[in-house]
Amino acid sequence: MPDGPPANNDIEAADIADSGLGGEARGATRARPVRDGAGLGLAVGVSGIAFGAAAVSSGLSTWQACALSLLAFTGASQFALAGVIAGGGSLLAGTAGAVLLGSRNTLYGLRLASLLRTRGALRLLTALGVIDETTAITLAQPDPAAARKGFAVTFCCLYLTWNLATLAGALGANKLGSPQTFGLDVVGPAAFLALIWPRLRAGGTERLVALGAVAIAVGMTPVLPVGVPVILAATAALAAALAAPAGSVAQTAVSSAHRGDSAPEQESGRTEGAVP
Amino acid sequence: MSGTWIAVLVTAAGCYGLKLAGLTAPQRVLASARVRRFAELVPVALLAALAAVQSTTSGHAFDFDPARLAGMGAAVVALLLRAPFLVVIIVAAGTAAALRAAGIP
Repeated sequence: MPDGPPANNDIEAADIADSGLGGEARGATRARPVRDGAGLGLAVGVSGIAFGAAAVSSGLSTWQACALSLLAFTGASQFALAGVIAGGGSLLAGTAGAVLLGSRNTLYGLRLASLLRTRGALRLLTALGVIDETTAITLAQPDPAAARKGFAVTFCCLYLTWNLATLAGALGANKLGSPQTFGLDVVGPAAFLALIWPRLRAGGTERLVALGAVAIAVGMTPVLPVGVPVILAATAALAAALAAPAGSVAQTAVSSAHRGDSAPEQESGRTEGAVP
Repeated sequence: MSGTWIAVLVTAAGCYGLKLAGLTAPQRVLASARVRRFAELVPVALLAALAAVQSTTSGHAFDFDPARLAGMGAAVVALLLRAPFLVVIIVAAGTAAALRAAGIP
């Protein structure tokens, strides 16, 4: 996940810890695309259990949960759609919010295009794998060959694990009965909080945006259709992006990575957290 | 086809399309700092809003479910202790489940 300017070693190490990797893995990210990609893929992919369970207790069928993991393959959007369906919200608003959440992957794709240099059918397959974790591992590699290897390994491991875990979580939740008994209604909101936690710790702007978004969404809930207030909350991000002077936003992860790979380890920890 | 299936498939198509757009778009799009900043901040805004709405409301009404709020509080404690993602989720759900088992709604 791209952070703002105050990206220092503290934040990086913390982000890696949040994503389920030990601190030990951080120093090795640069040189070991296969080991680190596989480790991150497996560790994060297991979180698919939480998605599968949350999706089924929201009212999605097992196959709908699996279809989202297979085809959308981006955790925050998947959780978001399930959450709106659970709240009885409009499907249109739920879909719009989920797709809007996937917009950061466009940015990752822009950054990765020059490294991966894919064409034709391979590009169509590669696109499915453009998410937080694959971007983090790919950008952390010292050269394009290692970057491509890191992308492929992370994508394969995470894709397989995430989808198998989704199925396991969905089947498990189906057998459990009432989701509330097992606290499954807390899984979604706790996952959202965990996903943005590294960013809240990283920057004041992020905290302001989060507070503004919460105020908009909660304040509008009594008067607007379910799901719509969450989409309106994106205006907090829009306001912050427009308000920032151009100079102060130039040092984002994407731009610093774009200038060259002189400090690849600075990118390693900046993933959205722990879910693709 | 049910409405839910349509929502699932449109979400999948939209998410995939956004990824593919990034791989195929001209690189100069990255030149706008504001575009980058907006794309970075959108997840923060949406996920914060979702977390707040889902933990404090039900439909159109405020709904302060004690066990659910305690679960969210436990998640914050786990995050402050730098627990990994899955541990945070288990602690949150486990806290809510334990309180409900103890008779707290």
